[in-house]
Amino acid sequence: MTVLQKKADNPIEHLTPEDIELIGKELDDIRQSVIDTRGENDARYIRKVIDVHRKIELGSRAVLLASGFPPAFVVGTIGLSVAKILENMEIGHNILHGQWDWMRDPKIHSTTWEWDMASPADQWKHSHNEMHHTYTNVVGKDNDLGYGIMRVDEDQPWQPFHLGQPLWSFINACFFEYGIAAYDLELAGTIAKKRTGDPEFRARAKAVLRKIGKQVRKDYVIHPLLSGPNFLPTLAANFTANLVRNLWSNSVILCGHFPEGVETFEKKSIEGETRGEWYLRQMLGSANISGSKAMHIMTGNLSHQIEHHLFPDLPSNRYAEIAPKIRDLFDRYGLNYHTAPLPQQVGSAWHKIIRLSLPNGWLELTNRRNLLQQLAVLYKMTTGSPKVRRTLQRKLTAGVRLTRAAAAA
Amino acid sequence: MTATVPRPSSARRALRDRVMRFAELATTPLLPADYLDMVNPLRSGADLRGRIVAVHPETRDAATLVIRPGADWQPHVPGQWVRIGVDVDGVRMWRAYSLTSHLDRPDGCIAITVKAIPGGKVSHHLVHRTRPGTLVHLDQATGEFVLPSQVPGKALFVTAGSGITPVMGILRNHTGLTDVVVVHSAPTADDVVFGAELRELAAAGRIRLVEQHTDTAGMLDAAAIAALVPDLAERATWACGPVGMLEALEEHWNAAGIADRLFTERFRPTVVVAGEGGTVTFSKTGASLEADGATPILDAAEEAGVLMPSGCRMGICFGCVLPLREGAVRDLRNGEVTTAAPGDGVLIQTCISAAAGACDIDH
Repeated sequence: MTVLQKKADNPIEHLTPEDIELIGKELDDIRQSVIDTRGENDARYIRKVIDVHRKIELGSRAVLLASGFPPAFVVGTIGLSVAKILENMEIGHNILHGQWDWMRDPKIHSTTWEWDMASPADQWKHSHNEMHHTYTNVVGKDNDLGYGIMRVDEDQPWQPFHLGQPLWSFINACFFEYGIAAYDLELAGTIAKKRTGDPEFRARAKAVLRKIGKQVRKDYVIHPLLSGPNFLPTLAANFTANLVRNLWSNSVILCGHFPEGVETFEKKSIEGETRGEWYLRQMLGSANISGSKAMHIMTGNLSHQIEHHLFPDLPSNRYAEIAPKIRDLFDRYGLNYHTAPLPQQVGSAWHKIIRLSLPNGWLELTNRRNLLQQLAVLYKMTTGSPKVRRTLQRKLTAGVRLTRAAAAA
Repeated sequence: MTATVPRPSSARRALRDRVMRFAELATTPLLPADYLDMVNPLRSGADLRGRIVAVHPETRDAATLVIRPGADWQPHVPGQWVRIGVDVDGVRMWRAYSLTSHLDRPDGCIAITVKAIPGGKVSHHLVHRTRPGTLVHLDQATGEFVLPSQVPGKALFVTAGSGITPVMGILRNHTGLTDVVVVHSAPTADDVVFGAELRELAAAGRIRLVEQHTDTAGMLDAAAIAALVPDLAERATWACGPVGMLEALEEHWNAAGIADRLFTERFRPTVVVAGEGGTVTFSKTGASLEADGATPILDAAEEAGVLMPSGCRMGICFGCVLPLREGAVRDLRNGEVTTAAPGDGVLIQTCISAAAGACDIDH
C-alpha cells in the first residue's frame, strides 16, 4: 500500500471538509456518552481482571514448584502464559494508557503502574502513547511502521536488509519484550547517530538494564530456585511462558496496523490537522479483529483497534459496546471498517511483511519465465550502490505501470 | 557472666524484612503487599484501611458507620477526626469526619457519624448507599478539637447540625466531666443527631441540654446564647457548626475579652466555586501566573517560563499529568470541571485543562 495521499483511488475523496468535521463531532459525542456513564461497574471490571490475573499467576507459579512432574509443567506453563498475556494486554497496556486514571486509585494509575515485561513503563508510554498514538501511520514519523527493522509500506524505501525481514520479524516476535525495550530506548537510532555517550540516553539505558535484570532474576533465578530440584523445568516453563506471551502480543500488535488495506499517511498531510482529520486518520489507519469474548480479552481489547485508536483513554471494557456505533459511522460515510477473524488478520500482516521484503513491484512482475532475470535484478539491487538501486527500482515501477495498463486495455 | 539475649521482636522484625525483600525479587514488578492485600488488607504493615461492619441510621439524613480499622490504627483522642477514602461511582474520594465511638469498644472498632449535605456526593453515598463489608481507606486520626489533659470544671459545647459529632465523641469518652452545658441547634427535634442519647444524658443529670429547633424557633445568635448560659465567661467553650455561626461566636468571645476560652472546629468546605480563568500557582517552584478560561494551563505555564512535562498536547497520551493540589480546572474538550482540596490526590492533564478559578499545581 502507498500513502493515502498518493493513491489513485483515494478512499476519502468523497468527503468534504464539513463531512470530516461532522465525523469529529459525532465521535466527540460518542466519547462523552462513555464518560457520562463511566462508574462503579467499570471500576469493578478492572479490579476483577487484576484479581483474576494475580490468582492465575500465583496458582501457576505454585503448580510449577512441582514442574518436574509433566502434568504440573504443562498446567503451570499454560497458566503462566495466560497470566502474562492478561497482565501485558488487558491490564498493563490499558492502565498505562491512562484508561483507569479517572478512578484516582494510586495503585491502578498510569503514573505508578509498572508491568511484567522488559521495557520500563515510562519509556514505553513515551514511544507508544505520545509518539505512536499522535503520529499513527504517518510514514516517516510513526516508527511503529516496521519498528525500524521492516518496511510495511511501499513508500518506505527498500534496503537490502529488508530481504531478511520475515526472519527479523519472527526473531523479534520471539523476544518481543526485548525488542520493545530496545525500540522504546531508541537504541538503534542512538547507535547510528553515535550518541551513546549522551547522559540522558545512558540514564535511560541503565533503567532498562535494571528492569531487565529484575525480570530475568525473577523468572530465571528466583522461581527456579524456589522449585528446588525442579530448577531446570521451572526455568524452561518460565522461558516458554515469556515466549508465548511475546509471540501472542506480537501477533496481536501486527494485526493492529499491518493487514493489507490499512491506510498510511504522508508527513505533510498532518500539518494543521484538525480534530476531525485526526479522528479520520485513526479510523483508516487501524484494523480490528473479530471473534469471541475470550479473544477480545486476551488481546486486551486491541481487537477493537479502531475504537482504541479513536479513544485511547476510554476504559477498554467499553470498546465492544461502542463498536456498533463506530461501524455505523463508517458505513454512513462510505468508509471501510477493516475487520476480520484473527487468523486472517495475522496472515494478512505476514503477507505484507513477506511481500514488502522485496522491492516494490518485483513480486508483481516476476513469473516462471523471467525468474532468472528478475533474480539477477534483485542481486544487482542488493549488492549495488544506492544509485544502481534507484535506477533498477524506476525500471520495476515503470514495468508495473505498463503491465497494469496492458491488463486494463 | 550474663549473655544478652536479643529481643525477639526486633529479631523477628529483621527476619520479616529480609523475607519481604527476598519476596520482592519474586513478585517484581508487584510488591508482596499487592498479593497480601488480596488476603488480608487490614493486616499490620499494610496501607491503613478499614472495613465497614455496620451502618446505623441516626436521623433521616445521618448515619453512624462502624468501621473495623487496620491493625496499625492508633487510638484516637476524643474530638479528633479521621480522613476516609471511599469509592463513589468508581472514583476514590476523600473526606474527613469526626470520630464518635467509645475508645474502649470491646470489638475494637471505631465509628464516624455522617450527615448527608445537600449536593454532597460522598456524604450522601455514605449515609444512604454504603453496605457493610465495604473496604475504605484511612489516615490516622488527627485534629485539635480535644479536651486538655486537665479536664475543665465547667464546660460549654455550642453545636449545630453535624457539629454535634465531635462533641458526642468527647461526651461518650469523658465521663468525668461534671458541669456540662450543651447548646445544640437543628431544624427539628427529629433532626437532632444522637437526640435520644443527649436527652438521656440530660435526664440523668450528666449534662444540661438546650435544644434550639430552628425551623420553628429561628436561629440562636451569640447574645441569645449568652442569655441562656449566664456563666458563659467561666466555661471553657467548644463550638462546632457552620462557618457563620463560628464567626459570630468568635466575635462575641473576642468582644468579651475571653477569646482564649473558645475553641472551634471548622469542617472543610467541600464546595469549590468554579469560574473562568484565574491565578495558577505552582507550589514546588513558587511560580505564579494569570491564565484565562480558554488557554490550556500547559500553554500558559510554558509562556510564563515554567518547565512543564508534555506529550501529545491533545489529551490522549497522559504525558502532561500533574497533581492539582487545590482549586478548579475545566476540561476544554467537554467543559467538565474538576475540583480539588489538599489531600484529595487529584491528577490533571494540563494540555486540555484551563483554570476555572484559582488553582495550585504541585509542581
